[in-house]
Amino acid sequence: MTYLRPEFRHPQLPVNELGYSRKDYEGALSTLCAGCGHDSISAAVVQSMFEMSIEPHRVAKLSGIGCSSKTPTYFLGKSHGFNSVHGRMPSVVTGANMANRDLIYLGVSGDGDTASIGMGQFAHAVRRNLNMVYIVMNNGCYGLTKGQDSATADVGSCSKKGEPNKFEAIDLAGVALELGATFVARSFSGDKDQLVPLIKAAVSHRGFAFIDVISPCVTFNNNPGSTKGYEFVRDHLEATGTVDFVPMREEITACYPNQTSEEVTLHDGSVVHLCKMDDKLNVRSRNSAVERMKNYKDRGRILTGLLYMDPDSQDLHDSIDSSKKPLRQLGEKELCPGVAVLQNINDSLR
Amino acid sequence: MKPTDTNNPEYYHKVVDCQYACPAHTPVPEYIRLIAQGRYNDAYMINWESNVFPGVLGRTCDRPCEPACRRGRVEEEPVAICRLKRVAADNKDSEAIAAAMPAIPTRKNGKRVALIGGGPASLTVARDLMPLGYTVDLYDNQPAGGGFMRSQIPSFRLPATVLDQEVNQILDMGVSAHFNTYVDSMKSIIDKGYDAIFVGTGAPRPKDLKLPGREEAEANIHLGIEWLASVAFEHTKAIGKKVLVLGGGNTAMDCCRTSLRVGADSVKCVVRSPRADMKASPWEIEDSEREGVEMFENHTPKEFIVEDGKLVGMRFELVRAEYDANGKRSLVPTGEPDVIMECDDICVAVGQDNAFPWIERDVGIEFGQWDMPVVDRVTFQSSRPNVFFGGDAAFGPENVITAVAHGHQAAISIDLFLNGHSVKNRPAPGVTLVSQKMGVHEWSYDNSVANDLRYAVPHEDVGLSVKDRKLEVELGFDVATAVREAARCLNCDAQTVFEAPKCIECDACIDICPTDCLTMIDVTDMEDEAQLRPQLKMPATNETQSLFVSDSLQTSRVMVKDENVCLHCGMCAERCPTAAWDMQKFTYHVSKAGACAVQEEEQA
Ligand SMILES: Cc1cc2nc3c(=O)[nH]c(=O)nc-3n(C[C@H](O)[C@H](O)[C@H](O)COP(=O)(O)OP(=O)(O)OC[C@H]3O[C@@H](n4cnc5c(N)ncnc54)[C@H](O)[C@@H]3O)c2cc1C
Ligand SMILES: Cc1ncc(C[n+]2csc(CCOP(=O)(O)OP(=O)(O)O)c2C)c(N)n1
Ligand code: SF4
Ligand code: SF4
Ligand code: SF4
Ligand SMILES: [Mg+2]
Repeated sequence: MTYLRPEFRHPQLPVNELGYSRKDYEGALSTLCAGCGHDSISAAVVQSMFEMSIEPHRVAKLSGIGCSSKTPTYFLGKSHGFNSVHGRMPSVVTGANMANRDLIYLGVSGDGDTASIGMGQFAHAVRRNLNMVYIVMNNGCYGLTKGQDSATADVGSCSKKGEPNKFEAIDLAGVALELGATFVARSFSGDKDQLVPLIKAAVSHRGFAFIDVISPCVTFNNNPGSTKGYEFVRDHLEATGTVDFVPMREEITACYPNQTSEEVTLHDGSVVHLCKMDDKLNVRSRNSAVERMKNYKDRGRILTGLLYMDPDSQDLHDSIDSSKKPLRQLGEKELCPGVAVLQNINDSLR
Repeated sequence: MKPTDTNNPEYYHKVVDCQYACPAHTPVPEYIRLIAQGRYNDAYMINWESNVFPGVLGRTCDRPCEPACRRGRVEEEPVAICRLKRVAADNKDSEAIAAAMPAIPTRKNGKRVALIGGGPASLTVARDLMPLGYTVDLYDNQPAGGGFMRSQIPSFRLPATVLDQEVNQILDMGVSAHFNTYVDSMKSIIDKGYDAIFVGTGAPRPKDLKLPGREEAEANIHLGIEWLASVAFEHTKAIGKKVLVLGGGNTAMDCCRTSLRVGADSVKCVVRSPRADMKASPWEIEDSEREGVEMFENHTPKEFIVEDGKLVGMRFELVRAEYDANGKRSLVPTGEPDVIMECDDICVAVGQDNAFPWIERDVGIEFGQWDMPVVDRVTFQSSRPNVFFGGDAAFGPENVITAVAHGHQAAISIDLFLNGHSVKNRPAPGVTLVSQKMGVHEWSYDNSVANDLRYAVPHEDVGLSVKDRKLEVELGFDVATAVREAARCLNCDAQTVFEAPKCIECDACIDICPTDCLTMIDVTDMEDEAQLRPQLKMPATNETQSLFVSDSLQTSRVMVKDENVCLHCGMCAERCPTAAWDMQKFTYHVSKAGACAVQEEEQA
C-alpha cells in the first residue's frame, strides 16, 4: 500500500575507492512513468559516478523542463542541483561554470528542451566548448506535456496519437558536431554496457561532451510506427564499436581479432579505448563522424557509440583565460580590485 | 539453460524460507499478517491446522524457521516468528477456537487405531484421524497427555494451562485415553485386533556416565530426563545447594534452571566441548546465564569424588578441540592439572536413546542399526504393514514440531492403508497463486519494508523466577510490539511472478530493484546455473537459494532473478509498464489425512 523504495540493499554491495556504494549515488524515487527510458539513464549516471569514485558534492546537475529534466532529482541525491527554466539550462551552466570551474557539470535535457525552445542556448554552449557533460534524453516527443511530436521526431514517425510527423528531424549529434562540440556520442537507454563507459569518458573529457541518448517514452511514443520505441530502436541499432573507459592505472583489454582498436588518451591520463565494429570511422575526425552518421541514416540504421572526440580541446576557461580558481575562493581584494584598476581598464579602451 | 518450471509447487514453496524450513510447513507469513491485523483466531487456526500446538510451540519450538528467515540475510536478525505465534495463542478467543474445531462424526467408520505413547506425534495422528471417523485408543504410562511436553519441558517455559488446553483440544475429540498404562508387550496390542497401530513412544532412555564413583554416589546423581520428569510430577521437590549439570544440550539447560528453582544456590553447567559446539539453542544458554548459571567449557568428566559414602565433587580433565583435515574434532588433554568442582548433586544430561524392550522381535517389525525399527522416511510404515512409527520413536530424538510433522504423514499413511490404497500414493499439496494488485501503487499486502530491528521479548524478573518453578519466564510480546515485529516480515509468499511474453526489456525492474536481484542476460552459451551465477548484476553466491530463469525474451536474452535477498517489496512489478512482473500470493498447504478421499470424490 506504499510506494517507497526500501532502505535495504544487497548485503554484498561493492564499495568504490571512497568507500561509497551505489546507494550513496542514488536520488529520490522516480515519479516518471513505469518503464520510461529516462529512468535507465538515471541508473547509468549512478553507475558511472559510482565507478569513477566521484565525490557526490563535486557534481552539479542542471536541467530545464520536461520529464527528462526531472531526472536529476532521481540520481545523485547528495550533489548540487538546479532545475531551471524550459530550454535555459545551458545558460545557467555557463554561469555556474564561469563562477566555479572545479565542479563537474552534468546538464540533463530533453529533445524538446534542447531542440526546440532551447536550441539557441544549446548552440552557444556548444560553440564555446563549455566544460560540461550534456545529456539529451531523446524520446522524439514532449513527454511531460502528453506526447506532442518534438523536433527530433523522424519524418513519418507516428506517436501514440497516430499522426505521421511531417517535418524533417533535427539530429542533435549532427548539430553538435557542426557547431564544434569536442566530444559527441549517441546511445540508447536500454544499453547500459555502452552508455556507462560513454558517460565516464564524457565526464573525463575537458570541453563540451554531448551524448544523445535515445530514450523511449513508454507512454506516448512506444507504439508501432514510432521510430523511438524500444522495439524499433533495438531492431535498427548499430554501434561504432565497444567503448571501454580505462582509468589511468588499469590495463587495456584486447579487442576481438576482427576489430580494429583505437585509443584516445584524455588530459587526465585516462584512456578511451574503442574496439571498432566500423573501421571506416576515425573518432578524431569530425568529417568521418558526419559521413558515417549519414551513411547509416541513409540505410535506415541508427549509429550509436562514440562518434567523435578531440582530447586536446580548449574549453571556455582556456579560451578566455578566466580565473583558475573558483570565484568563491578569491578574496574581496581580488574580486573587487578597486577604482584604480577599473580606471586603468577604462583608459585602455579609450 | 532451461527456463525455471514455476508450475512445480516446490519452486515458490522454497522461496517462502520459513514455511519451507518448518517441518510441518506452517504458512508463516500468512499468520503473521493476520496477527498484524488483530485476527488472532484466524492466525491460531492456520497454525493449528499445520502444527497442532500453537500455544506450546509459540513458547518452545526449536524454530528451524528462524535461521532460515530471509530477514536474517538482509539484516542482522530473523523475524521473531516463534514469539509471534505465541501472540496468536495468547490473544485468541477460546470459545471461537472451540467452535472452529472440526466436527467429529458420530457414526464411526468402523476402523480402530491404537496410539502408543501420548506425545505430540500420537496426538497429531489422533487430531487427523478423529475427524475422519476413526476410533482411536491412546496408551501412555504418564498420568496425563503430552508426552515429553509435559514431563520434560519445565513449567517456567511452558505453563500447564497452555499445554492442557492444547492436549485436551485433541483428547476431547473423543479419543479414549488410557493413562498410567505402560505397554509392555506389542503382542498384547496386536491381539486386541486394531486395524492399525502407531508407535509414538519417544526416546525415553537417558544416557548415563559410567565413571569411577558412579555407584557409591548414586543417591546424589540424577539422570536428566528422569529427574526432570520427577520434578514435573512433583515426586522430587528439592536438590542440594551446589549442583553440577553435565552436558551442553537443551536438557542440560532445563536441569540447570530447574535446579535453581528447587533449592540450588549455585549451578555450574560443565561441557566437554568448546562452548561454540554446545548443542543447546543459543536462547536457552542465554536464558540460563541470565539466571546465574555458570558455563564451563572443555572440561571432560573423569571421576565422581565420594567421601564417607557421599558425593562431594567431580574431577575434570582440561581439553582443547583439535580438528583434522576432514574437520573431525578430537578433544586433546591440555596437560594442565585436573579441575575439581565441589558439589552436593549432579545431573547427568548427556543424551537419550530409544528403547523398545516391549516390542517382541517376532511380530514382524524388523529392527536395524542401533536396534532401531526399520521405518520408511516418507510413509512412516514399519515392516509390519499396519504398524507405523513417528516422532522421536521413528528416527531418534528431535523436537515437537518434527513429531507433529511425522504424525500428519503417518495419519495419511494409516488412512490410505485402511482404505486399501498404496501408502506410497501421497496426496499433492494444495497450492494457489493469486495476483495481489489492487490498483496503482496498491497491493493487498503491506509491501513497504520496515527498517526495525528485531524486538526482544520481555522476561519476568529473575529474582521472582528462580523462586517459583511454575512462573513463566518469557512474558510474550504485547500487542503493540507484536504489530511492529510483524511488520518486519517480508511477505515472502507474495511471489514475484514473471511473464516473459509481456516484457519489453525496458530495464525498469532491474534499475529499481533495491537489492539487485534481477539481471537480463544472454545465456545461449551457458551450460548450467553454475556458469550463470557469477555473471549476474550481483553475483549469486548463496547456492542454497534458487535462481529463476525466464523463457526467452524478444532479444533472446532471459530474465534471471536471484531469490536470495528479494525483499518482496513489489517495486519491480510497480515499475513494470506491462505488468510482466506481478506480485502473486502463493499458498501451499500440505495435504492431510482424508485428502485422498476428497480428491477421489472430486474426480468422480
Ligand atoms: C528436557 C527436554 C526438553 C525439551 N525441550 C524441547 C523444547 O523446548 N522444544 C521442542 O520442540 N522439543 C523439546 N524437547 C524434545 C521433545 O520433547 C520431543 O522431541 C518430543 O516430545 C517428541 O515427541 P514424541 O511424540 O515423539 O514423543 P514423547 O513426547 O517423548 O512422548 C512419548 C510418550 O510415550 C510414553 N511412552 C514411552 N514408552 C511407552 C510405553 N511402552 N507405553 C506407554 N507409554 C510409553 C512416554 O512416557 C511419553 O509420555 C525436549 C526434550 C527434553 C528431554
Ligand atoms: C517556457 C515554457 N514553454 C512551454 C512549456 C511546456 N512544456 C513543458 S515540458 C515541455 C516539453 C518537454 O519535452 P522534452 O524536453 O523532450 O522532455 P520529455 O518530457 O520528453 O522528457 C514543454 C513544451 C514550459 N514548461 N515552459
Ligand atoms: S510521459 Fe514519457 S517521457 Fe514522461 S515519464 Fe512518462 S514515459 Fe517517460
Ligand atoms: S521474512 Fe517473513 S515470510 Fe520471509 S522468511 Fe522471514 S518470516 Fe518468513
Ligand atoms: S520484489 Fe522485485 S524489486 Fe523488490 S526486491 Fe524482489 S525482485 Fe527486487
Ligand atoms: Mg522528449
